[in-house]
Amino acid sequence: MSNKMHVKLNVNGEDHEFLAEPRELLIYALREKLNITGPHVGCETSHCGACTVTMNGKSVKSCTVFVAQANGAEVTTIEGLGTPDALHVLQENFKEHHGLQCGFCTPGMITRAAKLLEENPNPTEEDVRFGIAGNICRCTGYQNIVKSILSAASELNASKEAAQ
Amino acid sequence: MIPAAFEYYRPTDMAGVIALLQEHGDDARVIAGGHSLIPMMKLRMAEVPHLIDLQAIDGLNGIAISDGTITIGAMVTQHEIINSAEMEATAPIMKEAALQIADPQVRYMGTVGGNVANGDPGNDMPGLMQCLNAQFHLVGPDGDRVVDARDFYEAAYMTDREDEEVLTAVSFTAPAGGFAYEKQKRKIGDYATAAAAVQISKEGGKVSAASIAMTNLSDTPVWSEDAGAALVGTACDEAAVKAAVTAMLDDIDPTEDNRGPVAFKRHAASIVLGRAIARAWSRA
Repeated sequence: MSNKMHVKLNVNGEDHEFLAEPRELLIYALREKLNITGPHVGCETSHCGACTVTMNGKSVKSCTVFVAQANGAEVTTIEGLGTPDALHVLQENFKEHHGLQCGFCTPGMITRAAKLLEENPNPTEEDVRFGIAGNICRCTGYQNIVKSILSAASELNASKEAAQ
Repeated sequence: MIPAAFEYYRPTDMAGVIALLQEHGDDARVIAGGHSLIPMMKLRMAEVPHLIDLQAIDGLNGIAISDGTITIGAMVTQHEIINSAEMEATAPIMKEAALQIADPQVRYMGTVGGNVANGDPGNDMPGLMQCLNAQFHLVGPDGDRVVDARDFYEAAYMTDREDEEVLTAVSFTAPAGGFAYEKQKRKIGDYATAAAAVQISKEGGKVSAASIAMTNLSDTPVWSEDAGAALVGTACDEAAVKAAVTAMLDDIDPTEDNRGPVAFKRHAASIVLGRAIARAWSRA
């Protein structure tokens, strides 16, 4: 067993400091050390995307990042996007368009979609499908997920225009 | 899926990295994006008692293009390749290939340096680098050296890089003519069943130069000099393409695995190369 190290993470705007073995995966640090359980453990082999978080501005699969590598990073999870009382536009649209069934993939799906829309505010359907290709859903067949993301994009753009 | 324990280091200069590599030899590995190494460590197919993270080293990031030479720092990610307008303008085959690597999340982390240095026959960049006749820049205890991509790969995970060396950059002359990176895979995120990197130059309606490299069809990438030569001087007609494919088939040596038996892989290699030549020629 290796020595534990001090790890500092800023998660959803809040600073955390804890001890962890370097080999601990970021997803377990989030879920088990910090009790941030929005990102899920799905395949644990970097395929399914259920553990997707944003780390230093990148969508990453937190099952494939050692907590040691993440030391000092800024992380955003689904908890940082919206709250039950004030849903994120993507959350509203997933709800509206039945973008989820069992909901297991949804936190990773929405966290990834948020980054996608930040980088490409006017995606085509193909852009959306290609952009969420790292997230697997076993319920919906993706139709309603794509619809939800496209609808969220229009809504975000409309509110941006209204603000101008 | 818990890897064996390791000591973690994040040195801030290359001298620190090399000192650690010298101290720990075989027991140490450098980690860039980690998206090849971490899965191997989780499966315990790789055990790395001393893990040296390159994220804090200056000078490994960035794409530089000057005097027709493109230099890509080892820590440049596939995501950065895809989003570099300069790269797209000077070597569009890089974006076409990078878009076919893994999935978005993996491309944010996966680096060019890791992809070429790892020596996994499934990685796409090694074949592409051979197609572009790239040079790999290595630094070690005895200083810097440069190795041709076409001389770098010895066998699966075995390369010309010494244990105490680090690959810091790749560079190549901006390619001319038409290009294509064609990849057959079972699903998004998969390694290639077969992939082909092709660059073709055209003069007076004929092929003036051609470079062809294949991925995941041998225990190393395969630059097929004969396949390229078969196209030169022709109008890239059906007979020439067939000759190139035949030459390529002589150079590859696929093995059976969960992507299919040898005969299927040879068939897939023929199809992807035919498509890649057609697309590169149409763009030449």
